[in-house]
Amino acid sequence: MTMRIKQLASIVLVMGLMLMVACKGKPKDADIQAAVTSSLTAIPGVTADVKDGAVTLSGQVASEADKTAAEAAAKASKDVKSVTNNITVAAPVAATPQVAITADDALKTGVAAVVKDFPGITADVKDGIISIKGESTAAKWKTLKMALDALKPKRVDASGLKVK
Amino acid sequence: MALQEKYKELIDAAQSSGTTNLQVNEQDGVLHIDGEAPTGAVKDQLWDIYGKIDPNFLTGDVVMNINVATAVAGAKLEVITDSTNLNIRKGPGTDQPIVGKAAKGETVSLISKQSDQWWLIRTDAGEEGYAYAQYLQPVE
Repeated sequence: MTMRIKQLASIVLVMGLMLMVACKGKPKDADIQAAVTSSLTAIPGVTADVKDGAVTLSGQVASEADKTAAEAAAKASKDVKSVTNNITVAAPVAATPQVAITADDALKTGVAAVVKDFPGITADVKDGIISIKGESTAAKWKTLKMALDALKPKRVDASGLKVK
Repeated sequence: MALQEKYKELIDAAQSSGTTNLQVNEQDGVLHIDGEAPTGAVKDQLWDIYGKIDPNFLTGDVVMNINVATAVAGAKLEVITDSTNLNIRKGPGTDQPIVGKAAKGETVSLISKQSDQWWLIRTDAGEEGYAYAQYLQPVE
């Protein structure tokens, strides 16, 4: 009976020692995760999970370049055995369509064709801006403004206009 | 964004009235509103709202270009000049010779659109030529 207990105790002891040795030689996943995470600070949106030295990256980044850079940064971190890159690249946000402004030459032609029907009003065109000067009734000015806006200018400056 | 707030009623009206291809963009302090209204009445309504928010359109912070969807080939158009006759020209441009005239209130037919500004039209008298689109409104 005593022999068996002794035997059992020594087995437990040996196993315990083996476990200690194994633990000592093995880097902690938490440490790896901290190292990888700090290497990823330049790339926001990426998280790293570590299991037995194997890193799994996830999250969403703006570009394919960021995804590659995150993987490279993770691989370069200490004690990383492997990197699984599950990062997704966000679909490019549709750029806000720029408002097409008519070029000055075409704008001048268009403005001249319109303004000639409005005696008492003159118009200048510069850098896409139509500057209106003179006097007009409210109704006539509305008609003119509708015509000018249809020419797609950058803006219509009516600060020099007096509406009667 | 501030301009979109200021002209919210106008943008909302454009959206709810079935204006298609509606584009609202703020650029260099100017709100550009583009779209195609289903009828001339809707276009008028939008301009009325614009004029209510910015009396006499004097602030210059909006450029609104609303076309009317019913202005397609074959459509009947009313001449909406202020008082004068509408010149019908040989080609698209004020430098082109005048080949005919259409009176205010007269109805003409749209043959084709040479550009946003110049439309090829035919009068009931059979005169054919280019006229300035701004003075033509589809008859509903």
